[in-house]
Amino acid sequence: MNMVPEPLRRLPWRVYGLLTMLAAFGWIVLYSAAGGHIMPWAGMQAGRFIVFLVMAEVIARIPLSLIERISLPVYGAILAALVLVELIGGVAGGSQRWINLGFMQLQPSEFMKLACVLAVARFYTLLPARQARTWTALWPAGALIGVPAFLIMLQPDLGTALMVTAGGITVMFLAGLPMRLFVGAASAMAAIVPIAFSMLHEYQQKRILIFMDPESDPLGAGYHISQSKIAIGSGGIFGKGFLNGTQSHLDYLPEGHTDFIFATMAEEWGVLGGLYLIICFMLLLRWGMRVAARANGKFSRMTAAGLTMTIFFYIAINMMMVMGLAPVVGIPLPFMSYGGSSMMTIMMCVGIIMNIDRESMRRSSTGWK
Amino acid sequence: MKLFGKKTLTEAQQSLVFSRRAVLVTSAQMGVGALLAARMGWIAIAENEKYTLLSESNRVNLTLIPPRRGWIIDRHGIPLANNRTDFRVDIIPDRLPDQDRDRIIGLLTQLLSLKPDEVDKVNESLEKAAGFQPVQVSDGLDYARYAAVSVRLSELPGVAPSQGFSRYYPAGPSVGHLIGYVGGASAEEYEKSRNPLLITPGFKVGKQGLEKNFDIPLTGKPGARRVEVTAHGRIVRDLATRTDVPGKTVRLTIDAGLQEYAGRRMGTQSGAVVVMDCATGDVLASASMPSFDPNSFSDGISHLEWEMLSKDDHVPLRNKALQGLYPPGSTVKPMVALSFLEHGLDPDEHVNCSGALRVGNTLFHCWKRGGHGAINMHRGIAQSCDIYFYVMAQRFGMDVIADMARRLGLGQKFDIPFPSQSYGTVPDPAWKQKKYDTPWAVYDTVNATIGQGYMLVNPTQMAVMASRLASGKALVPHFVADGKRHDAAPIGVRQENLDLIHAAMRDVINGGGTGGAARLPVKDVLMAGKTGTAQVRRITMAERSRGVRGNASLPFKLRDHALLQCFAPYDKPRYALGCILEHGGHTTRIIDSTTISADIMSYLFDKEGAMKRLEELEKQWGGTPQERLAKQLTAYRIEKGLPAAPMPDTASNAASNAAGAANAATPDEDEEAERPAPTPAGTSPTGASAPTLPAATPPSTGTVPQT
Repeated sequence: MNMVPEPLRRLPWRVYGLLTMLAAFGWIVLYSAAGGHIMPWAGMQAGRFIVFLVMAEVIARIPLSLIERISLPVYGAILAALVLVELIGGVAGGSQRWINLGFMQLQPSEFMKLACVLAVARFYTLLPARQARTWTALWPAGALIGVPAFLIMLQPDLGTALMVTAGGITVMFLAGLPMRLFVGAASAMAAIVPIAFSMLHEYQQKRILIFMDPESDPLGAGYHISQSKIAIGSGGIFGKGFLNGTQSHLDYLPEGHTDFIFATMAEEWGVLGGLYLIICFMLLLRWGMRVAARANGKFSRMTAAGLTMTIFFYIAINMMMVMGLAPVVGIPLPFMSYGGSSMMTIMMCVGIIMNIDRESMRRSSTGWK
Repeated sequence: MKLFGKKTLTEAQQSLVFSRRAVLVTSAQMGVGALLAARMGWIAIAENEKYTLLSESNRVNLTLIPPRRGWIIDRHGIPLANNRTDFRVDIIPDRLPDQDRDRIIGLLTQLLSLKPDEVDKVNESLEKAAGFQPVQVSDGLDYARYAAVSVRLSELPGVAPSQGFSRYYPAGPSVGHLIGYVGGASAEEYEKSRNPLLITPGFKVGKQGLEKNFDIPLTGKPGARRVEVTAHGRIVRDLATRTDVPGKTVRLTIDAGLQEYAGRRMGTQSGAVVVMDCATGDVLASASMPSFDPNSFSDGISHLEWEMLSKDDHVPLRNKALQGLYPPGSTVKPMVALSFLEHGLDPDEHVNCSGALRVGNTLFHCWKRGGHGAINMHRGIAQSCDIYFYVMAQRFGMDVIADMARRLGLGQKFDIPFPSQSYGTVPDPAWKQKKYDTPWAVYDTVNATIGQGYMLVNPTQMAVMASRLASGKALVPHFVADGKRHDAAPIGVRQENLDLIHAAMRDVINGGGTGGAARLPVKDVLMAGKTGTAQVRRITMAERSRGVRGNASLPFKLRDHALLQCFAPYDKPRYALGCILEHGGHTTRIIDSTTISADIMSYLFDKEGAMKRLEELEKQWGGTPQERLAKQLTAYRIEKGLPAAPMPDTASNAASNAAGAANAATPDEDEEAERPAPTPAGTSPTGASAPTLPAATPPSTGTVPQT
């Protein structure tokens, strides 16, 4: 009946559609941020999106069992790369994050967000359920999360370290570790925060303090947040109109095409643009969690949920940051912010979730076929 | 292990826990999503107004346009102070990034072709500049260089080129003290008012003289330019411009031609000339020389020029017309004689002048050693006989004289638009008792009758006295042509007495008196006047016996003051003039008070003749006051071991320094008035009737016609 061939029809068009709706809006905003030019940002970003979408589709077709089996070795390799960064990494922007491979700059911490989730999920898959509430369930996972998080903190890159930790802990939570552990840890965190704060780098401390009161230093460290709030606030409900943002076009808004692209968008598209983005993101997250819910097998479920959570952390931390609810930590907004490495990580997440989705669909379909 | 609870999970239970917790995680995600949406709504809807305002204040930059300053014009509409188009470049220290400073100054040096010392000056000013005060890099630029900076502004953060107006005084030094000058507002002035206009580059406030006094009407309303700017200060486009409202024009009673003539005619002398209209009291000229060039003050005077001016013994920074106090000398004699006439003096009564008079146990000399013989009031004035006045003063007493002196304006403070005036002293017994706690002595009266002793006047009062003697009306000096009639009440003396005085004063100049040199070089106009010489040192008996030293052989500071009060025409007075040359000494005929006054007066009756004589004279003096000031500066540079070529050595704050120091140089009342101790040994020499010229003095060329 259908003219479209079966393999094409089986592609996850709804997910593609959703991703494209997000990314295309990103291109529009980047076009405006570049002063009404496709280059350098919007065009590049569109090209990357297509490349990485193909990459996601390729990942979706790798046998899940392979991913499961290589997850720990990959984790190990990335951890080794992180150590290498500590030793030989180039200094970029005041922190040591990159390894120069000659042909490209490699940022291992970016992949760690993904690898940590996979590794912890793999660990709990290997662990028998009856041990889920013993010490054995806790310390190896803690190490899997803690060691890379510590290394990334050393770089220092607070935002990524937080995301790695949060992704890993989400998986621990889903693995069924006792609830009191998390409640207790949260209380302990509240107690430790002041001590941890004193151990942060001065510029990190400053960022956090400024976040508490950005207006205290509107021209200095609080400048980013102040200007971002001005951009969002002055946009109103309908925005100032496409290409009419003054905060971004007159350079008052720093990083208006990367970390603060949400503010650039909100200035021109207002609350309506913001709601559009938030709804799209929530749909994406709901899809991820649904895949996790209907997946068979511990690894699939935990991985799908953990990676969905990783995407969520990107979105939540970035948007809270631009709206003045979180300190400036340098986390980009998925599909919107200009930049390759974050898009690659997110597309890998999406690819693995699609893989799990495909796997569970195949199993269920063989079930009733 | 309490931490993990007792329960062990089965695979099925674990799956159930996962499902429950996945729901929890999903809810948390949706919750955060809702929170973000709410937060955005709060910022963008509830607080929209606040952030819209902030966004606008980011985007829109308001630049004040300094208002064009009102002109100061003379009675005929000739500008005494106007504005010139001026392109300038300033640096706002607050907006200058420290790390870029050297690069920016380097680029400016190249674009404006600044000299090394100008660069040093800018760097020096930047070091001590308060953040908001603009530091001048260069002004008086041509359009090409101004444009060169303007087009590269994006590379020059903190640099502010502007097109404005600078104050210009066409007559230069001749109007320096009268008009004053303008300069940038000082930090204190800004602290006081916080008016952003004061720190707008190119805005000047009046610092001295009439510029200061009329600062409010002369300052108009600033314009404003709203521009859209980027975060880096680059102007994207103009949004709106409101033009400035220029300040009001102030019209003076001054005659610009006469004012300049008076300044130039005083030549190398130090002193002041004030000319008044005998019908209205309008001040036609008020020149104090030597002076400074208000143009160099308004541009920011160089430290060197300032130093030169403040060290000059001719005190070019003091407005001598109002702040110089001098003993009036014999110029008071017509006033003294008038007071006696009003109290019943018979003008024909004779006194025998033998050349000296014993008062008490001291001997008072007449300026004429051999004496005048029998002398009446008319000759007493015309020949300036001291003995006549010594005798009569003892008869009538000091109170009579002091009363008349005050009626004629001496010791009086006038309501005139200047920040300060020194109004001198008219002594009387009550005054001396109060001030020195000693009783009045007869020799005090004797001294006062010849304008020595405690009596002190300023040149403006001298002109007022001349005008009141001439008109019989209590004229007061006016500087502003406000269109009102200034009727003056009569001073209340009998006209026949005035006529007697007028006749005597006519003969001072035209009847073989002491002021023959002041005869007007104008046909059919006779001037009346009275000469004076005020001694600044004591002449001892020993010196008198050896022969009094000539003024020319004395150091400048010890020479006598040369004075003259006069009015013309003598029978229908139109103009009155007061002239005081400090330490003039009657040494050189062409620049004595008599010839200077006569030439200045003649300008009012015969402009061309007067100008021709002046141009001849200026050739001998080395040119106009501007030219001589420039030469003086060059000489001073050489003396200081600096290159002779004038180089711009301006400091943005020098003008305000100068203003402060100029005030500091202004004496308190009486302070600077050289006054010989009231001693009976004093003689009272009179006017310069054919002074004998010592060989050492410059030759006097007789361009002043002698009749």
